[in-house]
Amino acid sequence: MLTAAVLYFLIVVPGTCGEMCMSHTMKAVGEVKDFRPHSVARSIGRAMKLPSFWVGISMMAAGFFALLGMLSIAKVSFVFPATALSYAVGTLGGRLFLGERVTPQRWAGVFLVCVGVVLVALGKG
Amino acid sequence: MTPAPALHLKTAILIVIMVSVAPLGDMFLGKGMKQIGPMPDWDPTGLFGFFFRTFTSETIWLGISLLLAFFVAYLLVLSWADYSYVLPASSISTLVVALLARFVLHESVRPLRWAGVAMICLGVFVVGHTHPRTTEH
Repeated sequence: MLTAAVLYFLIVVPGTCGEMCMSHTMKAVGEVKDFRPHSVARSIGRAMKLPSFWVGISMMAAGFFALLGMLSIAKVSFVFPATALSYAVGTLGGRLFLGERVTPQRWAGVFLVCVGVVLVALGKG
Repeated sequence: MTPAPALHLKTAILIVIMVSVAPLGDMFLGKGMKQIGPMPDWDPTGLFGFFFRTFTSETIWLGISLLLAFFVAYLLVLSWADYSYVLPASSISTLVVALLARFVLHESVRPLRWAGVAMICLGVFVVGHTHPRTTEH
């Protein structure tokens, strides 16, 4: 139970913070408008030169390893829906740290996702 | 700046790629981890063996390759779209994961859990009707 709780925390918190770092990095790189492979590779190469990319990758890696551990002790159909709490944490982070304008409609959507998370958790037992 | 309809279109295309590839990757990871067995307690030797078995599994590498494709699409869409838009919009893959778990991995999924997945999808639908980009770059 404690192992599952620690793994769940690692999936949601560092995983989400890492994704926010990635969003910050890609905004710094700029909008990708050319989708030919060499242009995509050039954009990702530019991202890899920024420190925030590696901070993000490290935090996402922590979340990923926790996910692997969680998958070994719980069912796929429980693990992935239950990690949906990270959507609420991510939206809050987008508002607070990335300066995104989160409209009431978007918050409503996030609220529905959170209700879904609770139902999924109740459905586990 | 890209006009709004073009922005919506390319955002939608990349999100469709993400939600198509990620659930398959997740499924292969789940299948691979079940083959490997439960994670041992925090004993270093046991953990080393566990991760060694994990990263020598073909199924795990297939899952990782698919998730890598997802990651490239994810990075591209984040170059213009809000994180608070992409994150919930991509959670529609939760439904695909539950369907794969039920019909491919043959796990039992209780009705209450299906209701939760449906609620998550409704939330994604609501978020999907907001503008993908609210910041200027």
